[in-house]
Amino acid sequence: MMSNLDINFFFEDFRLNAYILNVDLQTDATLQVDISDALSERDKVKFTVHTKSTLPNFKQNEFSVVRQHEEFIWLHDSFVENEEYAGYIIPPSPPRPDFDASREKLQKLGEGEGSMTKEEFTKMKQELEAEYLAIFKKTVAMHEVFLCRVAAHPVLRKDLNFHVFLEYNQDLSVRGKNKKEKLEDFFKNVVKSADGVLVAGVKDVDDFFEHEKTFLLEYHNRVKDSSAKSDRMIRSHKSAADDINRIASTLYTLGTQDSTDLCKFFLKVSELFEKTRKIEARVAADEDLKLADLLKYYLRESQAAKDLLYRRGRALVDYENANKALDKARAKNKDVLQAETTQQVCCQKFEKISESAKQELIDFKTRRVAAFRKNLVELAELELKHAKGNLQLLQSCLGVLKGDT
Amino acid sequence: MFLSRLRLPSSEIQSTLTCNGQSAMSGGCGRNPPPFPDNEDQEAELDTQVLDSDDDDDEGEDIFTGARSKPITPTSAPDEGDIFSEEGSYVRSDVHHATNGLHSDEELDLFTEATVELTLTNTTSQGRREIIGPTASACNTTRVPNSILKPSIVTKTMEELEEEESGDQFELNIAVTNPEKIGDGMNAYMSYKVSTQTTLPMFLNKTFSVRRRFSDFLGLYEKISAKHSLLGCIIPPPPQKSVVGMTKVKVGKEDSSSAEFVEKRRAALERYLQRVVAHPSLLQDPDVREFLERDELPRAVNTQALSGPGLLKMINRASDAVNKMTIKMNESDNWFESKLQEVENEEQLLRRLHAAVDSLVNHRKELCSNTVVFSKSVAMLGSVEENSALSRALSQLAEVEDKMEQLHQQQAFSDFFILAELLADYVRLLGAVRCCFEQRMKVWQRLQEAQSTLQKKREAEAKLLWANKPEKLQQAKDDINEWESKVSQYERDFERVTCTVRKEMLRFEKEKARDFKQHIVKYLESLLHTQHRLVKCWEAFLPEAKAIA
Repeated sequence: MMSNLDINFFFEDFRLNAYILNVDLQTDATLQVDISDALSERDKVKFTVHTKSTLPNFKQNEFSVVRQHEEFIWLHDSFVENEEYAGYIIPPSPPRPDFDASREKLQKLGEGEGSMTKEEFTKMKQELEAEYLAIFKKTVAMHEVFLCRVAAHPVLRKDLNFHVFLEYNQDLSVRGKNKKEKLEDFFKNVVKSADGVLVAGVKDVDDFFEHEKTFLLEYHNRVKDSSAKSDRMIRSHKSAADDINRIASTLYTLGTQDSTDLCKFFLKVSELFEKTRKIEARVAADEDLKLADLLKYYLRESQAAKDLLYRRGRALVDYENANKALDKARAKNKDVLQAETTQQVCCQKFEKISESAKQELIDFKTRRVAAFRKNLVELAELELKHAKGNLQLLQSCLGVLKGDT
Repeated sequence: MFLSRLRLPSSEIQSTLTCNGQSAMSGGCGRNPPPFPDNEDQEAELDTQVLDSDDDDDEGEDIFTGARSKPITPTSAPDEGDIFSEEGSYVRSDVHHATNGLHSDEELDLFTEATVELTLTNTTSQGRREIIGPTASACNTTRVPNSILKPSIVTKTMEELEEEESGDQFELNIAVTNPEKIGDGMNAYMSYKVSTQTTLPMFLNKTFSVRRRFSDFLGLYEKISAKHSLLGCIIPPPPQKSVVGMTKVKVGKEDSSSAEFVEKRRAALERYLQRVVAHPSLLQDPDVREFLERDELPRAVNTQALSGPGLLKMINRASDAVNKMTIKMNESDNWFESKLQEVENEEQLLRRLHAAVDSLVNHRKELCSNTVVFSKSVAMLGSVEENSALSRALSQLAEVEDKMEQLHQQQAFSDFFILAELLADYVRLLGAVRCCFEQRMKVWQRLQEAQSTLQKKREAEAKLLWANKPEKLQQAKDDINEWESKVSQYERDFERVTCTVRKEMLRFEKEKARDFKQHIVKYLESLLHTQHRLVKCWEAFLPEAKAIA
């Protein structure tokens, strides 16, 4: 049924979304990236990445390519694995597009088609399509934000892989990881987290970083908690809106049984509930967008920040080990030169990371505060708008109903 | 406290009635009763609009009206069982309490058909049964039993039935309050205070109250049902038994769910009584009066599910169900068939609606608990946040979410008590309506059987005549006479039941329309209130959010 949902958007909403996560899109004319189109196929989403640039690196000033989710992941991983970028917060990769839940619901709806009236069926189908659309829009926004963050970063934007990603109009032949690689990844992660614990245990000389370490750890955990709980809350809200929908349609059926006064009354109330239901659904959707998504994003960013600290910690440990090795080598007078070079390399690495890390973490804070501000303000404004809308609907309906009786 | 207001027509109606009949109780003196002292400020009302406005006049003098604005927890009664203390936490705002049970506030136009007069002198019949009450002038200590007169049967047209207007109005307000747990362990029970305030002359006092337990209410239903259902009245069904709910209460589990159960039952009992007294014939029933007035009632034992009578009832119901499937009436008038079909359809739809509202209540409760949890989480996040303005905003957000939780809680309460319970009540009421139709069918069946018996007797007589056996002839003739009179009696019964059922349906539909409109309007008002509060919450938060720097 939904196998080839071709959705061409004019992405006003998306612009808004990206902006809300406080990524500056408009200010830099030298490199502007956005997702101008998206196509959802059976189990893939194809994003059309559109670039406008005055940089000499590119062959043209404006061009587009089609990319899939795996290619975004490849780009992200290439940043993470690149030693040069160890000192930066790597923008978190976008989450995988997940239409499973929605698809399942659509399938169930198709199966249950016989058991409900035609109106109910069309209504539910419309709702599910709207839901599908909402998820779709979200995933496009997430991918766009990732690209924009990269484009806005003074160093990452110059990355070669990034340029290839933007420009190379053939398939990048980036396949998803096979089982063996996934297993390798898994072990790497295990080792990394074990290492992370060790590294974190080392007390930092620098107060700033020591403080950041404790702060980020706690912040990350709290954001994780809030994100999960906001999701649950919003889901309940959506369920309540669905119930109101059922109430509205049953009232409608009751109202069409006859043409008595009571039946007309039912019809009016049914209409009201239809409208309030739409508003309630929007409230849930907006809470999702402004609150839940915000928390999710900062969950990922705080993880990326933690990763940065880990890398620095790792570099520090390496540096200290190198120092110890150098001392040992000097004492034994063996391989001194080698030890010296190693120590130099470690030192440089450490200092390079430290320098950029400090700035990155400060930027992270600024970005975070601004993003929360924007989202919370908009959340409040939207909640107000919807509540007032509801209020008006209820008032006018009550006026009509009371006037009749 | 929740009130039921009832206006009853006075004897002055007589003059408006179009049918005649003789009343056995026209009284030897044939006089009209003296006017009621309370009557002076009431005027004869001839249409519902006036009735509605008059309702407001009475509010001042009604001691119960003040209660309407009081919270549901009876602050006036200090002697509450502590099971009620949970109640206070569950129920929050006045506004919502006021909505519960007040549906009967304007149950005025029930009497536009003048189904039963508060009989002080004459009663007439319009093909229906009479209930005679004592004369007003005397002190009302005697209870006159219902007598079924033999009126001349006059069937009215539907228009005539609808046109009958009510005359003077009397008041009857009922409230069920103060649940108290009596006793301990498995023998414990909840006792409820039933308070009545009335200007009706047939009661001993103007204001009185008694304590009753749930089985008393069930006993009342049994008694009423036994007497009135055969006549085609729609008997309001009592609240349902709940073994689980009551066991929790008995065991003494004092959590919010058992407090909720008690409150649900209390409200249901109140609505039940209000419906009973709203029915003109039932109000006249001495059992009802006894229930409201008498201090101690004998314990109703055959209301227990597994008792002898209980089992008997179940068997009877089963056999009724079988009968229902086999009776097929010849209807001269399609009205009954189509009405029954309508009723069945509606019952289905209301069931569906009730299920949806129930689901809404549950999801809102879920939303409540999730919101509370989220609020705490946000507060924690705010406390970690370094930026002080953001930290403050986040803790404000936590407070907003907390307030939202309260709003959701109240909304769920409204959802339940205003809407869900109304729907549940009407699903059961429609079941009672179906019973009423079935009764009519039974009466018809009885008539049919009597007619066929009469036919057989006649044939027997003919045979005897032909066989020339004079000694048995007398017996046969006596038999025929007996059955002839039975048949004519049953014919009259059937006519009467048919007429009653029609009238009852009319009354029921009017009441239902009013009930639904009132409740739904109240529900929408509660939604409105919630949205108002929502707006305030977020308006307060917005500047905090903007202040983040």
